[in-house]
Amino acid sequence: MIEKTVNQKAWFLVAPVVAVVAFNALIPLMTVVNYSVQETFGNNVFFWEGVKWFEEILHSPRFHDALLRQMLFTGIILLIEVPLGVAVALTMPRRGPWVSVCLVLMALPLLIPWNVVGAMWNIFALPDIGLLGKMINGMGIDYNFTQQPVAAWFTTILMDVWHWTSLVVLLAYAGLCSIPEAYYQAARIDGASAWAVFRYIQLPKMKRVLTIAILLRFMDSFMIYTEPFVLTGGGPGNATTFLSIDLVKIALGQFDLGPAAAMSLIYFLIILLLSWIFYTLMMRNEAQ
Amino acid sequence: MKNFKWLSPTLYILFLMLPIYWLVSMSFKTTNEILGSFTLWPQEFTLSNYITIFTDPTWYNGYFNSLTYVMVNTLFSVSVALPAAYAFSRYRFLGDKHLFFWLLTNRMAPPAVFALPFFQLYSAIGLFDTPVAVALAHCLFNIPLAVWILEGFMSGVPKELDETAYVDGYGFWHFFVKIFLPTIAAGIGVVMFFCFMFSWVELLLAKTLTSVAAKPIAATMTRTASTSGYELGLLAAAGTLTIIPGAFVIWFVRNHIAKGFALGRV
Amino acid sequence: MAKITLEQIAHSYLRSPDTDDDWALKQLDLTWSDGGAYALLGPSGCGKTTLLNVISGLLRPSRGRVLFDDRDVTHIPSDRREIAQVFQFPVVYDTMSVFDNLAFPLRNRGVGEDRVRPRVIEIARMLDLEDMLYRRAAGLTADGKQKISLGRGLVRSDVNVIMFDEPLTVIDPHLKWELRSKLRELHQEVGATMIYVTHDQTEALTFADQVVVMHEGRVVQTGTPIELFEKPSHTFVGHFIGSPGMNMLPCDIRDGMPWFLDNPIEIASAVRGHQEASRLEIGVRPEFVRFGSTGVPVEIVKMADVGRYRVVDARHRGHSIKMVMPEDLDIPPENARVVFDPSKTQVYGDGWILT
Repeated sequence: MIEKTVNQKAWFLVAPVVAVVAFNALIPLMTVVNYSVQETFGNNVFFWEGVKWFEEILHSPRFHDALLRQMLFTGIILLIEVPLGVAVALTMPRRGPWVSVCLVLMALPLLIPWNVVGAMWNIFALPDIGLLGKMINGMGIDYNFTQQPVAAWFTTILMDVWHWTSLVVLLAYAGLCSIPEAYYQAARIDGASAWAVFRYIQLPKMKRVLTIAILLRFMDSFMIYTEPFVLTGGGPGNATTFLSIDLVKIALGQFDLGPAAAMSLIYFLIILLLSWIFYTLMMRNEAQ
Repeated sequence: MKNFKWLSPTLYILFLMLPIYWLVSMSFKTTNEILGSFTLWPQEFTLSNYITIFTDPTWYNGYFNSLTYVMVNTLFSVSVALPAAYAFSRYRFLGDKHLFFWLLTNRMAPPAVFALPFFQLYSAIGLFDTPVAVALAHCLFNIPLAVWILEGFMSGVPKELDETAYVDGYGFWHFFVKIFLPTIAAGIGVVMFFCFMFSWVELLLAKTLTSVAAKPIAATMTRTASTSGYELGLLAAAGTLTIIPGAFVIWFVRNHIAKGFALGRV
Repeated sequence: MAKITLEQIAHSYLRSPDTDDDWALKQLDLTWSDGGAYALLGPSGCGKTTLLNVISGLLRPSRGRVLFDDRDVTHIPSDRREIAQVFQFPVVYDTMSVFDNLAFPLRNRGVGEDRVRPRVIEIARMLDLEDMLYRRAAGLTADGKQKISLGRGLVRSDVNVIMFDEPLTVIDPHLKWELRSKLRELHQEVGATMIYVTHDQTEALTFADQVVVMHEGRVVQTGTPIELFEKPSHTFVGHFIGSPGMNMLPCDIRDGMPWFLDNPIEIASAVRGHQEASRLEIGVRPEFVRFGSTGVPVEIVKMADVGRYRVVDARHRGHSIKMVMPEDLDIPPENARVVFDPSKTQVYGDGWILT
């Protein structure tokens, strides 16, 4: 850790960043706060409403359902992506020409625009023209994600696993590569089993990157919008309407600015709160 | 057991490649073939979808628009993040920790929350439907990320480097550009990769802030798909073309990617 | 406990080595007797870590056999060789307590908890770790962690050999000496064979009864510290051990006697096999050169006081001869001559001893 010197002039160095981010964050956030306490019927006429929208949102079954769906979705993809990512990282070659090949191919889904991901999975999973849809139906299972909620969930989750597991793989792999060879040698001499090596060497050393991976996956999956929107449009019905999709429906679809703004703030606060809880829990675990 | 270790990454990569293969193969099919019969690879191989894209300005302009705002954003984010990351890694100043945390919270802001206010903000200052608007808007999450990663890299550079340079009579900016930046070149590369990546893949804001003139390629794609119904071959070809810049960028950073992930705390 | 024999061991990290340089270990035969304290000394990259890994089974040698007593263990993996190794950088299992760290090798081998406990406590006592048994190992200082690494080797009562791979690299200077004496003490107490790899001659000479010196993948000499000092069998040993290193002067042999330019040099034993050598040198340590009334005429270039000794740099027709002498000894003001102690002066042909 570097010993830092006190220097108030450092503010000049961070000023540009503060200016740009504040412009992008504070003004819109103020707009949102402003809307969230007012009612409008168009023509730029606003009425003070106080916390009415907040109460309404917090008590609305529609919001509860969307939040529940969101939590379920995030929970499921974390439970799949983290163990799967770690497992793939553990079996990846540590050196040799295949490393580059693996890394490049695995990183590929991360660099595809999100609506292309949605569109790609749409044509991949459609029961009449898609490879996946045809295969599942060919196995005798009735599968049509545009009509069956279960199939829609299955497809959305599979798509997210496809899209983001590589991030966990890359992070876990980076953590594994930083373990000195001597640890493995010592474990061999100590007669440790493969499980013990994982449990007592690899897992503890990956902890920091895994914390970051879980945090990033949690945040990003909680904000997910484009991919499911393109894939299922939130349907069938409201089956895959997650928080962001619902929010955009209210804000841009119905132009209910007040409720949308209140929901935005609640939504943002939930992410901040949960991230903070995650972070402190994992850090406390570290300190012990 | 050990000899079957390659199986797991191989299966995983196979799983990753399947949808991409389907997209690419569809881009070489005719609409008739896509809708009429189910074929594993193109029976009547055609380039007509690509020809359409490369000859129709509403299509290929989308590429220029996307690449323009992605590059403007990457260069801008990195150049303002560099001095800030230096300040965070070297100095303590009033409110530094809070500021750092506040920057990071912006990475947690759902773009959906900002879509409407951004639309109004950028309309009000007359930047709506320009690549600059999108480039600026993407700074919301790219600058915090860039500061975060760069701070990690810079903390790994011993402070003696700075002190030696100052003793040797270098001024701050001279030292920063001539000595410091070259030593963290790898870090800058990694950061540019991430800025490129997140700006390239984000669409909600990009779509909200543009209508005609600056529309990104990926948005052109969705709109075409919804208006002209089942031009799936065209859609697949456009999708395939959006994968190429990403693949290109990964190929360049392939040797640094694992290291970058480890060093720079992303 | 076992005697360790290396039979015609050679190793290359390349798949198909052609030239001599491709071999990290050139062919060697060595025997380590049971219960000895050995040091493996040599500069970085001389092959000592490779040799160590061959013994511990982390590396399978390209050629040759490794025997523990009479059992061929060449193809037996590390965990069944009953060896222990302490690495350059401390390896501890961060998430475990010190106790669990020490118990780890025993538990892996299915030893019952009722026998683990007393053994761990006994070892912790030996290593002065008793009062931190229930702390997390991650929080310890570097020397504490190295003690745990060592302890994990010691807890197993069946250990054939304990190997140390430059174990003091990351230890604070003032603790190095302490830990080294602790090792010697433990060697007396446990009686296990210990092999200590280092590039530091002080560490090697103070720890070991027998020192094996390696150079460019070869063992150049095995002997007690005194033998290495008084009669290096290779010029490398002469240079590497002692400070300043051995004086090496070109010579030729006339009538069985070595001549340094125009000066006949008296030596105690006869020179053999010098006809084949292309390059002949006289080797004498600075400690065994003194002023005399006869001998090689020199001019004195420089003198330096090093504690209780004085290092004198003398020249004879451009060849430097270093001398180490007590501080109070007078130095002749002019026409100085130096003589070499005949019993401590050797002749080397192409680097190897000929006397």
